[in-house]
Amino acid sequence: MTATIIGTQGLTKRFGAITAVDGIDLDVREGDVYGFLGANGSGKTTTVRMLLGLVLATSGTAEVLGRPMPRDGRHVLPQIGALVESPAAYPRLSGRANLRVHDALAHGRRATRKGRVDQVLEQVGLAGVDERPVAAYSLGMRQRLGLAHALLGEPRVLVLDEPTNGLDPQGIREVRDLLLQLHRGGTTIFLSSHLLAEVEQIATRVGVLDRGRLVVQERLDVLKRPTGRTYVRTPDVAQARALLDGQVESYDERSLLVRVDDVAALNALLVRGGVRVSGLAPERHTLEDVVLEAAGASSDRFES
Amino acid sequence: MIRLLGVELHQLVRSRRTWVTILLIDLLPTIVAVLLKLTDIGPRPGTGPAFLSAVLTDGTLFPLAAMAIVLPLFLPIAVAIQAGDAIAGEAEQGTLRYLLVRPVGRTRLLVAKLVSVIAFVLLTLAVVAVTAYVVGVLLLGTQRVAGATTTVSGTPLTQGELVTRTFLALAYALLCMLGVAAIALFLSTVVDTPLAAAMGTMAVLVGSTLLLTLDAADSIAAFLPTRYWLAFVDLFRDPILWRDVVRGTLLQGAYVLVFLGAGWANFATKDITR
Repeated sequence: MTATIIGTQGLTKRFGAITAVDGIDLDVREGDVYGFLGANGSGKTTTVRMLLGLVLATSGTAEVLGRPMPRDGRHVLPQIGALVESPAAYPRLSGRANLRVHDALAHGRRATRKGRVDQVLEQVGLAGVDERPVAAYSLGMRQRLGLAHALLGEPRVLVLDEPTNGLDPQGIREVRDLLLQLHRGGTTIFLSSHLLAEVEQIATRVGVLDRGRLVVQERLDVLKRPTGRTYVRTPDVAQARALLDGQVESYDERSLLVRVDDVAALNALLVRGGVRVSGLAPERHTLEDVVLEAAGASSDRFES
Repeated sequence: MIRLLGVELHQLVRSRRTWVTILLIDLLPTIVAVLLKLTDIGPRPGTGPAFLSAVLTDGTLFPLAAMAIVLPLFLPIAVAIQAGDAIAGEAEQGTLRYLLVRPVGRTRLLVAKLVSVIAFVLLTLAVVAVTAYVVGVLLLGTQRVAGATTTVSGTPLTQGELVTRTFLALAYALLCMLGVAAIALFLSTVVDTPLAAAMGTMAVLVGSTLLLTLDAADSIAAFLPTRYWLAFVDLFRDPILWRDVVRGTLLQGAYVLVFLGAGWANFATKDITR
C-alpha cells in the first residue's frame, strides 16, 4: 500500500452554530490525483484551509506528509504548493516581482532556486509576460500566475482549489496537461472542484463532500464500474427485442438497453439470430450519477 | 526572519504611498516655516506649538518645532493607516493566506509588520527633521544669542546638550507612535479591512484628545494614550522636567505591551477565511 499523503480523522469545523465540515476522514495516497468534489458551500474550501493550517479545526486531526497539521506546518508547508480559492497577488507589482517576493521568502538555498521564477512562468505559459502590474492582468492570467506561485517550491503535493476558474477552453486544456505532466513526475495532486467533468478527466480517486460530510471516497475506476447493462445499436430493434425477451430494459428506433452479464455471449446470440449489430457498449456509472446519488440537493438552494 | 524583514522593508520603500504620505507630512512644517518667514509673526511665547516662538531667532531649532507640529495629528494618522494596513491589507488582498502557506509564521509576520511600521516612523521623522533643518536655516537664519541655543526656560544650551536632548525627544516620539502602531496592529488582526483598522485607531486617538479637554475626565486622564505625547518639550527645559516624560514612557510601554499581546493572541489563533 502506498503512503498516505493527506489523512484526516473526524476533521470538524464549526463556525458558531454552522457546521461547515463534519467529521471527515480523508485519505489521499502518494501519486493520487485526488478529485475533491462538492457543491458550492459544501465545505471544500474550509477543508483545504484546515489542511494548510489557515483555519483551525474545531475537533479531529489532520496529517499531511505524515506530520500533524497545523502544528508541524513549518516542515510540511514548504513541500506543498497551494492555490487557495482564488489567486492573489500584490496588485502594483508585476507577476514576476510577485513571484520573486515569494521566492525570497522560501526556505532552502538560493543557489538551488536560481531561475526558478522563469521556469514556473514558462510552465504556466506566462514566459513572455511583460512588466505590467498584476492589477492589469486578466482573470486567466491571474489564474496562471496563481499556479506558477503554487509550483514555485517544486512541491511534492499540490493542493489546488478550482484551478481552472476563469480560464478559456484552451487554458483549461493546458492546465490539465500541465497537471498530468506533474503527476507523471510523481507529484500528488489534491484537486478541489465543483466541476465534475474536470475531475472525471484527470482524477484517480474521488472524494465527494455534501454539506460538510464526506459521502463518497473511492477510486474513480471503481466508481465508474459497469452497471451490468449494455447498449446495443442495431437497425433491427424489433427482431432483437423478440430475441432478448425479458432482458430489454428500454429501447428506441436505433438502440436497446439490455441487462446482461456476458457481453460477448449477447453478441453471439444476436448474430446467430440474424440481428445486425452496429455497436455494443457496456453502460458505466457516470461520476455525475454517483455524486447526485450520494449528495442531496444543492446547498445554495433554499426551498420555501 | 531576515528575509521576511527584507521583503517587508523593500515593499515599504518601494511603495508610492509611503513617499506620498511622508511628503504630505513634510509639507505642513514647511508651510509653517514659509509663513513665519513671510510675516515674521510668531506665536506669543507660551502659546501655539512648542518652539515656534524660538525659531524666529534660531532656525536650527526648527526640526524640533516641526516635530511638535506633526506629532499631534499628522504622524499618528499616518501610523494608524500604515499599521492598520499591516494584516488587514494583506487579508483583503488575499495575499495573507499565500504568505502563511509559504510558510511565514504568524508571529514572525506580526513582528515584521511592526518593524516595518517603526521603519516608517523613523523614515518620516528623519525626512521631517532634515527638511526642517534645511528650511529653518535657509529661511529663518541662525542668529544665536551668545553662540548658544536657549532652552524653553530661557537658559543657554550647548551643542552637545542639544543633540542629546534632540535624540531623546526623537526616541520619545517614536515610542508614542509605537503605542499608536500597537493599537492599529491589534485592530488590523481583528477586522477584515485596513480602512476599519485605521479608522478605529483614529477614533481612539480623537476620543482620547477630546476627553483630555474635559474636566470630568480628570480621573482617567493619566491613562489616555495621547495624554503625554507632547511631554518631549519638557526635555528642553532647564533642568529637564522628567515627571511627564517618565509617566508617558511607562504609559506608552503599557499600551504597546497590552495591544501587541492582544494582537498576537488574536492573530495566532485566528481562522484565515479570506
